Amino acid sequence: MRWPARLRLSPRWAPYVFVSPFVVLFAVFGVFPLGFSLWLAFHSWEPTSGLDAMTFVGLGNFTFALQDAWFWKSLGNTLWLALATGVPQHLVAIPLAVFIHTRVHLLRDAVVGAYFLPYITSTVAIAIMFSSLFSTDYGLINAGLGAAFGTTPIDWLGQPENVKPAVAFIVFWRYLGFNVVLYLAALQTIPKDLYEAASLDGASPWRQFLHITLPGLMPMIYFGVTLSVIGGLQLFEEPFILTGGKGGPDQAAMTAAVYLYRMAFDFNDFGGASAMSWLLFALVAAMTWATNRAFRRRRSTR
Amino acid sequence: MNRRFLDRSRRRVLRAGLAGALPAMLAAPGRSSAASRSAPSVRLVVAAYPLLDAIVRETLPRWRELHPGVEVQIVSRQYADHHTAMTTALSTSVRLPDVMALEASYVGRFAHGRGLDDLLQPPFSAGAHRAQWVPYAVEQAINRRGELVAAPTDIGPGTLLVRTDLLQRAKVDEGELTANWTSFVAAGARIKAATGASLVSNAQTVKDIVIRSGLQPGEGLYYGADGQVRVQSERFRLAFELAREVRRQRLDARVNAWSNEWAEAFRRGALATELSGAWMAGQLANWVAPGTKGLWRAAPLPASTYVGYGGSYYAIPRQSDPSRKALAWDLIRLLTLDRQRQLEAFRTQDAFPALQAAQDDPFFDEPLPFLGGQPARRLWRDSARRIVARPPHKQDTFADEVVGTELDNVLDRGKSIEAALADAARLLARRANR
Repeated sequence: MRWPARLRLSPRWAPYVFVSPFVVLFAVFGVFPLGFSLWLAFHSWEPTSGLDAMTFVGLGNFTFALQDAWFWKSLGNTLWLALATGVPQHLVAIPLAVFIHTRVHLLRDAVVGAYFLPYITSTVAIAIMFSSLFSTDYGLINAGLGAAFGTTPIDWLGQPENVKPAVAFIVFWRYLGFNVVLYLAALQTIPKDLYEAASLDGASPWRQFLHITLPGLMPMIYFGVTLSVIGGLQLFEEPFILTGGKGGPDQAAMTAAVYLYRMAFDFNDFGGASAMSWLLFALVAAMTWATNRAFRRRRSTR
Repeated sequence: MNRRFLDRSRRRVLRAGLAGALPAMLAAPGRSSAASRSAPSVRLVVAAYPLLDAIVRETLPRWRELHPGVEVQIVSRQYADHHTAMTTALSTSVRLPDVMALEASYVGRFAHGRGLDDLLQPPFSAGAHRAQWVPYAVEQAINRRGELVAAPTDIGPGTLLVRTDLLQRAKVDEGELTANWTSFVAAGARIKAATGASLVSNAQTVKDIVIRSGLQPGEGLYYGADGQVRVQSERFRLAFELAREVRRQRLDARVNAWSNEWAEAFRRGALATELSGAWMAGQLANWVAPGTKGLWRAAPLPASTYVGYGGSYYAIPRQSDPSRKALAWDLIRLLTLDRQRQLEAFRTQDAFPALQAAQDDPFFDEPLPFLGGQPARRLWRDSARRIVARPPHKQDTFADEVVGTELDNVLDRGKSIEAALADAARLLARRANR
């Protein structure tokens, strides 16, 4: 069947037509909210009064955010959680990937799948499940710790010093498998003859890991670390669900993203929330740039 | 190009599939338009959360008698989602309901904007009905400009629920708990010594009541009438000292309300009292600790404090369809000013009426089995009439958290009360005018 001439797509316009669905969706759900949020950041807005109630306040929201004790507290929490989840993820994922790559052959796919499963499970389901696991008197984690080490029940979700490690553990558990899969893929690209040559020269497995595996993994480490930096600074779902949307005792698990959300929907300060979101963006951009510079030297030697 | 991109049989299947799918997609709106041709011409949209949605649904038969041509559609969401959706709808003026249910704390937040209609103005003229509702419930919905932004439907008068069996074992009289806060704490120590049960679930609940006592007329909870922060006043200092004493003597169970540990503590008899709204008796009876039926009694809050816990309102958004506002107000009047409806809601959903006329009924003299046959509703009715309203402030929710966090610092980390209240005051002062 041939389309009638008037319905046929000319080659000149065809590319734009095929790309347009993505462009339209991106414009509506990506660009517009960004622009609106930038606009809002310079206005004071009582949301329940409607869209025409915005008043221009210049940099007022930004100065408020920079002087807000809770904003700095939330940034501190975010940095702590980003480091506490990001560093172990990669420190554990690399050796684990190497182990699976070299030693696990029989049930390899099942093992990798088991590590990857938390990543594809719904965050909300995970957080709900963990909030009962972390229950002080009736949770399995305290029961297990008590049985194994004889410790008294720890108030995981009620004490500020315990909430952070609890959230960090969940995020670590969730993203470990993702990083393992990334590193496994990268390990496939390292030529095997390098290892053979090294063994012939008498290099120990540890030296082979240090001088062949790690440099070979550098591009993937750069990629993984960048993702962890961005993801860690934007951490929202796990702290939000685990603390019931409030940020926990003493706001210990209130990350910057959780505080933004609360500013807008709990305290009805959309202008302040928008200003904070752009300050957070500036921070993420700066940290990504720093990561880029830290890896640039190494990447250029390959 | 003469290569066909689909061969014949696949194209036939594709054509058949499209031929089947298109009519089905077009028929669905066709079906509803056929239905709407015979449907009523006016439809009111009511946005509510549980259990108000059930109350509105139970009102529909009576509504249909009064307004046969008007259909009511109830959009029901869970509590938090409902209020977030209402914030979004008010901010964009899109998909606004005709009647909006709001919980008391959200009325405070929304009152200062211009999103809700002033019910004192025509065509509503609620001023004529104002005296029929419990005074504090009405005053809590009046903003700084003197506008009544919502009509009260139910209230939560504060009450002290006590486990009489634990009191008997400790040889403590109920009067000792309610006389004043000092005797409350002393009685708690004796209960702990004799039975091992905690006096209260959390020292924070004690603080919540004491800061609400001794308010000057027109003074808000955290901010005064002049916008000045009030957290360094006497009632806050007393509240913090009392809570610290309760914690120091280990009289609280350190559980958070509604958590698993909290519910278990009730079931196992580890809590001797509960300071909460009257509706808590219903919650305990229904699911929290039904096994403790008959062991509880209701009493007034200690030191003659009268406080409200929650409450529900109905509001009309300013930007909703003007042609339906009169009907929306009729529905709200039916829900809030009709004595039968208010009593029905109390009977079926445990919604304590805000309408004073509905409080004058033999139902209030009925014994409550969960409370061992005590006719507690009379007590709650009297408490409700003595609650003093306090004007809401937009930052009340934020202030709740800040003060609660500072109290945790005092209780657990040994911070001094002066420093804690000063830090709280500083945080609240920065946000007074946002």
